[in-house]
Amino acid sequence: RLKNPLLFEQEQLFLPVWQICRFWLHGRYHEMAPNVVPMDYTKDPDVKLPMQLIINMPELKENPFKERIVESFSEDGEGSLSFNDFVDMFSVLSEMAPRELKAIYAFKIYDFNTDNFICKADLEKTLNKLTREELTAEEITLVCEKVIEEADMDGDGKLGFADFENMISKAPDFLRI
Amino acid sequence: MGKKKKSTLQVILEDAGIEFDGEVETDTESEEDEEKNKKTSKQRLRETGRASRLQSKKQEKDKEEKEDEEEDESKEEDNGSQQNRASRRKNYHRKNRDGKKAREEGGQKKDRGKTVPNKDQKESENKEKKTTKRGKEGENKQKKGRKNSTSSASSNSSDEESLSEEELAMLKEQVEQKKKLISTMRNKPWRMVKKLSVLREAQDFVEKFEGALGKGKGKKLYAYKMMMAKKWVKFKRDFENFKTQCIPWEMKIKEVESHFGSSVASYFIFLRWMYGVNLVLFGLIFGLVIIPEVLMGMPYGSLPRKTVPRAEQETAMDFSVLWDFEGYIKYSALFYGYYNNQRTIGWLKYRLPMAYFMVGISVFGYSLMVVIRSMARNANESTADGDDDNFIFSWKMFTSWDYLIGNPETADNKFASITTSFKESIVDEQESNKDENIHLRRFLRVLANVLIICCLCGSGYLIYFVVKRSQTFSKMQNVGWYERNEVEIVMSLLGMFCPPLFETIAALENYHPRIGLKWQLGRIFALFLGNLYTFLLALMDDVNEKLAEEDVVKNITHWTLLGHHNSSAGNDSTVTPPPLDPADVPRGPCWETTVGIEFVRLTVSDILVTYITILVGDFIRACFVRFVNYCWCWDLEAGFPSYAEFDISGNVLGLVFNQGMIWMGSFYAPGLVGINVLRLLTSMYFQCWAVMSSNVPHARVFKASKSNNFYMGLLLLILFLSLLPVAYTIMSLPPSFDCGPFSGKKRMYDVIQETIELDFPLFVAKIFSYVANPGLIIPAILLMVLTIYYLNAVSKAYQRANAELKKKMQMQREEEKNKRNNKASTNPMLQDLEDLLTPNMKTESPPKHAEDKKIESPNGSSPARKPGRGEALAGSPMAGRRGAALTPPSQVFVAQPRTLGVWAPYPGQPRPWGHPLGPVPGRGRGQPCFPRAAR
Repeated sequence: RLKNPLLFEQEQLFLPVWQICRFWLHGRYHEMAPNVVPMDYTKDPDVKLPMQLIINMPELKENPFKERIVESFSEDGEGSLSFNDFVDMFSVLSEMAPRELKAIYAFKIYDFNTDNFICKADLEKTLNKLTREELTAEEITLVCEKVIEEADMDGDGKLGFADFENMISKAPDFLRI
Repeated sequence: MGKKKKSTLQVILEDAGIEFDGEVETDTESEEDEEKNKKTSKQRLRETGRASRLQSKKQEKDKEEKEDEEEDESKEEDNGSQQNRASRRKNYHRKNRDGKKAREEGGQKKDRGKTVPNKDQKESENKEKKTTKRGKEGENKQKKGRKNSTSSASSNSSDEESLSEEELAMLKEQVEQKKKLISTMRNKPWRMVKKLSVLREAQDFVEKFEGALGKGKGKKLYAYKMMMAKKWVKFKRDFENFKTQCIPWEMKIKEVESHFGSSVASYFIFLRWMYGVNLVLFGLIFGLVIIPEVLMGMPYGSLPRKTVPRAEQETAMDFSVLWDFEGYIKYSALFYGYYNNQRTIGWLKYRLPMAYFMVGISVFGYSLMVVIRSMARNANESTADGDDDNFIFSWKMFTSWDYLIGNPETADNKFASITTSFKESIVDEQESNKDENIHLRRFLRVLANVLIICCLCGSGYLIYFVVKRSQTFSKMQNVGWYERNEVEIVMSLLGMFCPPLFETIAALENYHPRIGLKWQLGRIFALFLGNLYTFLLALMDDVNEKLAEEDVVKNITHWTLLGHHNSSAGNDSTVTPPPLDPADVPRGPCWETTVGIEFVRLTVSDILVTYITILVGDFIRACFVRFVNYCWCWDLEAGFPSYAEFDISGNVLGLVFNQGMIWMGSFYAPGLVGINVLRLLTSMYFQCWAVMSSNVPHARVFKASKSNNFYMGLLLLILFLSLLPVAYTIMSLPPSFDCGPFSGKKRMYDVIQETIELDFPLFVAKIFSYVANPGLIIPAILLMVLTIYYLNAVSKAYQRANAELKKKMQMQREEEKNKRNNKASTNPMLQDLEDLLTPNMKTESPPKHAEDKKIESPNGSSPARKPGRGEALAGSPMAGRRGAALTPPSQVFVAQPRTLGVWAPYPGQPRPWGHPLGPVPGRGRGQPCFPRAAR
């Protein structure tokens, strides 16, 4: 499996060397739009980069959920990221981030219509993105029904965060998310 | 601004400190520091005391300004940190806060984006979970915290000189809390802005007071430690990666698996495993037999058995001869006949015959051991993680994407593999809830089995008949080409037409493809056994013929040698006669080498046939379908020829039977294993390429069974079958008189006795003869059988217990689900309790709550309607239930207890439980509700 070296360099994000990492991240942020983002960030300028730029980063480029990831981390929910949101994203997606934190953001990512529930429509979208729409309609319905049946504990036909966390906390390889 | 920020920060930190104290993770560094601190505390008492007093003063003052920051408020609400607030200020606060809240709520509605409330909600949910987890510990800590606060208040009011230990402890605790906050801040789902500001303040604080407490050194050590921990984690991960990279062909197999499913990949895994086993066998045979012989044995041409006979020398180097493994190849170390019966060779006194015999046995021993061990391990694995099937689809859906993928090609593979794995699970699922006519199915299955047994019997009889006929043919002269090759033709025809026939019949049974594959494998295996049988029969005939021939040649050779000596001695006794050239010595047929050559030929032709079949049947066909499709009358890709599927059963059986040939032949042709290693190596690359280039996935991609034990079982069977003829020849046929390491002995195993008699002390021989006594062996075998029976019974019992447990767990899960669904009915009681508290809430509902309501609840009352709010809140769960799926009532539950738990402990508030401690009842009240929210 291909490990991206960039993604775990910032494990130390909040350790004594966090400034270095921040500096590095700023470099990444800056290079996406050199003429918009100022080099000097001491004054905390209010700059936001649109989603289109961010999803073209090598780390996200191949990810089927890249739009959702960026949207979940943007403060306005529209997908444009300020530098702080950007750092946020990296820190949550880093390997050292704890399970609970990842579960929260994973839930947000999979909650396409942001209604705080993963409903059937969300599941279908997820599935289509995961398989590049190679499953037939019946298969999709079957899978979605199975997921709801498996993970829905309170019987409301959709997954709340509690359901989601309960399910994901038992997953063997969730930490990789 | 700085001052103010610090104040807000302190509150946050206190909250956070309290919150995190109870958590499971321990901060080793802080403990260390505490210890260190104890030593130095006396000296620094004075200055630190002053600092802390200053600090606490600041705290007091700043608290009044605290309400400005919205985030603080949410924190306060969560943790009930207000306990350290002086009670006299309470009323003022409340008024102040109410006004503020109203303003803020208005502002927030405008300011906040769509997702922000959601996020906050989740944050709070998360926090709640933490609090519930915390349990008692947290309570204890809170008590401590309160003590500190009271002490600080008292110190503030009392005169400045009295420096208490408590103050120091408090400061220490604060610093620790901040450190903890720094280390755990990453775990908080806050926005970065907030994290940053909090972090900076915390760091400043720690830096400022750590020096005072003598902790400056610890910080560096701590940083170093953390660095090392990270490095260690990284190293471990890299090492894991390295390890997977070291597994040969892992990436290749993964690629195949992602496109063709685990069932096809299971073949390649089996192939790889086989390669590993063969490599060990190769090492054994080459290291202990062939290389010693080549290095230390007598050179080529020194002995008759090591020389090409005079008659063959002309053609010995021709390719056609070499291709038949005659000529120079036949008289090389690759075959049994080349070895000399000298007891020891070379300066090492290496006992080659002994080594040859032992290696021949240990090839079987090692193979048996490794097959059985791997079967046992597979069985273990398949039972070890069998019970985690509650969330198959959910996990596949939410955790299958690897977020580290950054390479388009890898991503493509991943997409394919996810799709494939979904399809596999779908097939399983469809199979499990297929409802069908059981009687019809049973009938069809019985019918199919009868048909197939008929087929097998028919082909068995055909083989028997043909073999019989061929034996009569062999006695006749001038038979035609067909008669000579009848057996082979019939066998290959059977092999060509029976498997598809079986597959057609198996369609009647309508098994799950995985089970269907097993049946198919078993049936074709039975068919191929006939193949093996004819081959062995022919071989035995050959051997018997050779043995008869040998008796004649033995005498001729003897007389020739004798005559040569006599003639040379008689003619001229003074001149030493020119020794008879080894090429001229008449020699026996050496049946062992014949058998070895037969196996090698068979293996090589098998390799060629396999490769040509792949090339023609898969690659050429794929090319034809692909390119001729442009100018053809019908759709070739979808219609008749189409692309080939990967034939799992045929390939697996080919591999298994090939291995059987190797095991049988390796005793008489030590070089055979080398050929097999080459074959497996090339076949790995060739087949991987063929699969990826010219095959299509199966129509129903199915998951391979977790253990490859069916393949292993077949392998074990074939190993056993191939052990029989070898053991038979070793034990009961006399070795050739003039070739091989055992020449001149009555039986091959005599070499053991010889070694024991000559090289070991006497008592070993005695012990050996006792042990070999049948009176001892039969009881030993009996004991083993009984042990096997007992162990089998025990494992059955365990299995039953396991199944029982699984059933229980499933039932428990169902029960839990049901309970949850029934929670709605228990709600009214909770509501009554909550109604009791609503008067307090009316005035103090936090803004967040309003947001929750705004999104979730249909009757989410506007924050302006404060008096009616409590009722609305309390009623909403009911309304939610009645309003069916439209409203998610759990969300309301999540919010409500938190509010209560947080706001109850206000000192001025009547404590309904009469508990002396503020926050504890709040939490206690909240607790029954939390599990619901947290789960």
